[in-house]
Amino acid sequence: MNAEPKRRRAAVIATVALVTASLAACDSSSGGTKPASRSRRAVTITLMTHDFFATSPGVLDSFTRRTGITVKVLKSGDAGRAVNQAILTKDHPLADAFYGIDNTFLSRGLDAGIFVPYTSPPLSEVPAQFQLDSKHRVTPVDYGDVCVNDDLAYFQSHHLAPPRTIDDLADPQYKNLLVMENPADSSPGLAFVLATIARFGPTHWLDYWKRLKANGLTVVSSWDQAYSQAFSGSSAGRQAGGTKPLVVSYASSPPAEVVGVNPPPTSAPIGTLLDTCFRQVEFAGVLRGTHHRAEAAALVDFMLSREFQQDMPLNMYVFPVRRDTPLPDVFVRFAQVAPHPFQLPPGEIGRNRDTWIGKWTNTVLR
Amino acid sequence: MLLVLVPVGFLGLFFVYPVATIIDRGLRPGGRLDLEPLRSVVSDPALRHVAWFTLWQAAASTALTVVLALPGAYVLSRYRFRGRRLVWAAVTVPFVLPTVVVASAFLSMLGPKGPLGALGLIGTVWPILLAHAFFNYAVVVRTVGGMWSHLDPRTEEAARVLGAGRWRTFRAVTLPALRPAIAAAASIVFLFTFTSFGVILILGGPRYSTLEVEIYRQTAELLNLPTAAALSIVQLAAVIAVLMVSGRAQRRRAEALRLRAEAEIVRPVRTIGARLALAANGAVMAALLGFPVAVLVERSLDDGRGYGFVYYRALAHSPGNSTFFVPPLEAVRNSLVFALAATAIAIVIGGMTAFAIARRPQRARGWRPARLLDTLVLLPLGTSAVIVGFGFLITLDHPPIDLRTSPALIPIAHALVATPFVVWTMVPLLRSIDPRLREAAAMLGASPLRVWREVDLPIVARAVLVAAAFAFAISLGEFGATVFIARPDYPTLPIVIYRLLGKPGVLNFGQAMAASVILMVVTGAAVFLIERFRAGSIGEF
Repeated sequence: MNAEPKRRRAAVIATVALVTASLAACDSSSGGTKPASRSRRAVTITLMTHDFFATSPGVLDSFTRRTGITVKVLKSGDAGRAVNQAILTKDHPLADAFYGIDNTFLSRGLDAGIFVPYTSPPLSEVPAQFQLDSKHRVTPVDYGDVCVNDDLAYFQSHHLAPPRTIDDLADPQYKNLLVMENPADSSPGLAFVLATIARFGPTHWLDYWKRLKANGLTVVSSWDQAYSQAFSGSSAGRQAGGTKPLVVSYASSPPAEVVGVNPPPTSAPIGTLLDTCFRQVEFAGVLRGTHHRAEAAALVDFMLSREFQQDMPLNMYVFPVRRDTPLPDVFVRFAQVAPHPFQLPPGEIGRNRDTWIGKWTNTVLR
Repeated sequence: MLLVLVPVGFLGLFFVYPVATIIDRGLRPGGRLDLEPLRSVVSDPALRHVAWFTLWQAAASTALTVVLALPGAYVLSRYRFRGRRLVWAAVTVPFVLPTVVVASAFLSMLGPKGPLGALGLIGTVWPILLAHAFFNYAVVVRTVGGMWSHLDPRTEEAARVLGAGRWRTFRAVTLPALRPAIAAAASIVFLFTFTSFGVILILGGPRYSTLEVEIYRQTAELLNLPTAAALSIVQLAAVIAVLMVSGRAQRRRAEALRLRAEAEIVRPVRTIGARLALAANGAVMAALLGFPVAVLVERSLDDGRGYGFVYYRALAHSPGNSTFFVPPLEAVRNSLVFALAATAIAIVIGGMTAFAIARRPQRARGWRPARLLDTLVLLPLGTSAVIVGFGFLITLDHPPIDLRTSPALIPIAHALVATPFVVWTMVPLLRSIDPRLREAAAMLGASPLRVWREVDLPIVARAVLVAAAFAFAISLGEFGATVFIARPDYPTLPIVIYRLLGKPGVLNFGQAMAASVILMVVTGAAVFLIERFRAGSIGEF
C-alpha cells in the first residue's frame, strides 16, 4: 500500500500542528507574555452551534492569537435542536455567540428575540441575496443547496436520461428511484418539501406529492439513512447495498465523494440536478444576555474573515458567502451552485412550517 | 431513614425537578393552567394511533424477548460447559450497543441486497421486534438466569418423584419461584421498548411512530412544549400503570427463597436432550445476537477493495477535516471515565434504595416510603430523554447548581438510567439473606457490626460487583440522554459514532462501524473482567 507513508506524514503534520496550536493556546491564555499590540484582555467566550461545526486544526487558535479571545465550542445537536436550546435558555444563555441557524429556522430564533443586532464590517463583502435579516440581528456566514443527486453509473447503464426538474421526478419512467428524508426529522427533507412549495405554490404542492407518492417515493428518517444506506451512488450506499439512484442530498455531495479517494478520480460518481435545489443560508449572531458582547461580535467578524471562510468548504461542505473567497480545488472541479435555486421568505417558513409538515405527513405517510 | 432520603434527594433534584418544570412550562404557557393540549392529544386520532402502536409493539417485543430468552436463561444457568462464562458476558454486549448502529446493521442485513433480504421484512413491524429482542435478550437471561442458577433443584426433584411430569413440574414448581424475576425482567424490557426511539425511527421508517418519537419531534424539532408536556404525561401514566402491575407480581412472593450455591446446581451436559437444548439455544443466540454483530464487524473491515484495518487506523489519527478536536480514541477514555463515575453514583444511590426496599418492614401495612422509592427509581427509564435533557437546561441554571455546562451531568444522567438495574440486581439477593443466619450469629455473641461483616457483607459485596458490571455497561452504551447534554470537550464513544454517521463519505461511515466494534469489545471486556471477581458461592447472581 503506497498510501501508507503519505498517511503517516499527514499524521505527523497534524500532530505538529496540534502541538503548535496548543502551545500557542497556552501562551495566549497566560496573558502576560503577549505582545502589547494585542491589547484586549484574555477572555473565553462560548460559541453555541450544531453538531456538524468543524474547522481545520488551528483556525480558532489563530483567532485567539489575533484577539486574545479563547473560543469554547458548545455543540448542541442538529441545527433545529441547537436553535431550540438557545431559545429555551434565553433567560440564562449558555453561550455568547451562536452559529448555524439557517433560513428555515431563522424566524423562530428572531421571534424569540435571542439575538442582539450587530452589523459586521466585512458584511459589505457579502452579496445582498444572503442578507435575509434587514435588522442585522444575524449575519450570513455560508450557504448550500439541497438538491437531488443522481447515481451517474445507474442512468448510464440503464440507457436512461436522468431527470432534470422537480416535475420530472414524478414521471413514470423514474418510478421507484427516489429516496428522501422525513421533513419532520431532517433538514434536507424539509428543504426539499419547501422547494416544492416554492415551485407549485401553497395551494397545489400537495397534488405534486400525491403524484410523487404514486410514483414510488421512498421516505426514510435521516440523511445518513438516505445517502449512506439507500442511495446507490455514494460509496457507503454502494457497500450497504443501496438501490435508489436518486436521493435528496446536497450540491456539495459530489466533492464529498471525491475527497480522500486514492488515487484522485477525474470525475465524481454522482451528479446534481440543479433545477431541484432549495437554498439554505446559515447565520451567526450575538446572543442576547451575553456579558461579552464585543468579544462575541469579534467572533462573528472572524467568521466572515477570509481565513475562516476559506476553511469552511472542506470541513462542513458548504459554500462561503464572502465574494472574494477562493474555493478548494475539489469544489471548483466537482461542486456546482444552482443558478436559480428555489427560495421562500424565512417569515413565511416560520409561520407555516408546522402546518406544512403536518399536511405533508398526512398526504405522503398516512 | 437516610437510606430513603439520599436517593429521594438525588432523584428529586436530577429527575423530578427538571421533568416537572418542563411539563409545567408546557401546561402553563402564559402562567395559567391550560389543559387544552392534553385534551387535544388524547382526542387526536393520529396520536391515539401512535399511542396504540407504542403499546402493542412494546407488548409484542416483550413477549418475543421473553420467549426467546427464557430457554437461554435455563441453559446458561443449569448446564456447565466450556466457554459458559464467556457466553454469559457476550450476550450482554448487544444490550449496550448504540441503537443507531444496531439499526443500521439490521437494515443492511434485512435490506433488499442483504443476506436476509429475501424475507422481505423491511417495511413490516418485524425488524423492530427483532431488534428489540436483540437488545433485551441479556436483560431476561441475566435477571432470570441469575435466579434460576440458585434455585434449589431438590424441590423440582421432589415433584418429579411424586409423579409430576416435566411440564407440570415446570409450571407448578419452577415458574412460581421464577415469577418475580420474570416479572422484573419483563417490565424492564417493556419500559425499554415502550420508550424505544432510534430503533423505531430507523427500522420502522416514517410509517411507524411511538410516543417517544413524537415527544422528541414536538420538543427538539418543533419546540411545541404544550403538546410535548401532554404526551409526556400520557407516557408517564402508562409507565406508572405498568410498574404497579409488575410490582404486585414481584411482591407476591415475599418469603426468602432457599437458594443454593451455583456450583451445587449446574451440571455437565450428558443427555441427548441437554445437548439438543444447548444446540438449539446456541442457534438462537447465533442468529439473533451473533449475526447482526457479525455484519457490523464485517462492515468495519470492508474498505471497498478488500478487508483491512483502514478505518481503525483512521480513528487513531483523526484528520482535521474529518472530526472535530477530539480523536475518537480519546472518546474511549471519556467513556471509561464517565462509566466509572456513573457506576459509583448508581451503586451508592441504587444500593441505598435496594437496602431500603429489601429491609423487612416494621409494619405490615400502611405508608412505606421504600415502596414509593421503588417506583420513583424506575421512572427515568420510562421518561423521554429529551424531556430530561431539556429539563436540565431550564432548571439547573442558577448557582449553586449551575450544572448545565458541567461534564458532571453526563455521569449523573447515566446513573439515572443505571440505578434501576442496580436496584433490581441487588434486592432479590439482599432479600435472600436468611434472617436466621443473622440471629444465629448474634446469639453466638457477634456484635451487630460483626454480624453485618460476616453475614451481610460477603453477599452484598458480590451483589455490588454484579450490579456494577451492569451499570458500567449501561453507561458505556448510553446514548439518548447523553446526546442532549454531551459537552463538546468530552464526547463519549456512542456520540462519536453518531457524529460520524452524520457525515458523508465512506471513510466516516467505516470509522463509525469501527468505533462500534471497539465499543463492543470494550464493553464485553469490562463485563467479563468485573464478573471474574465473583467466585462461585451463594452470593453469585
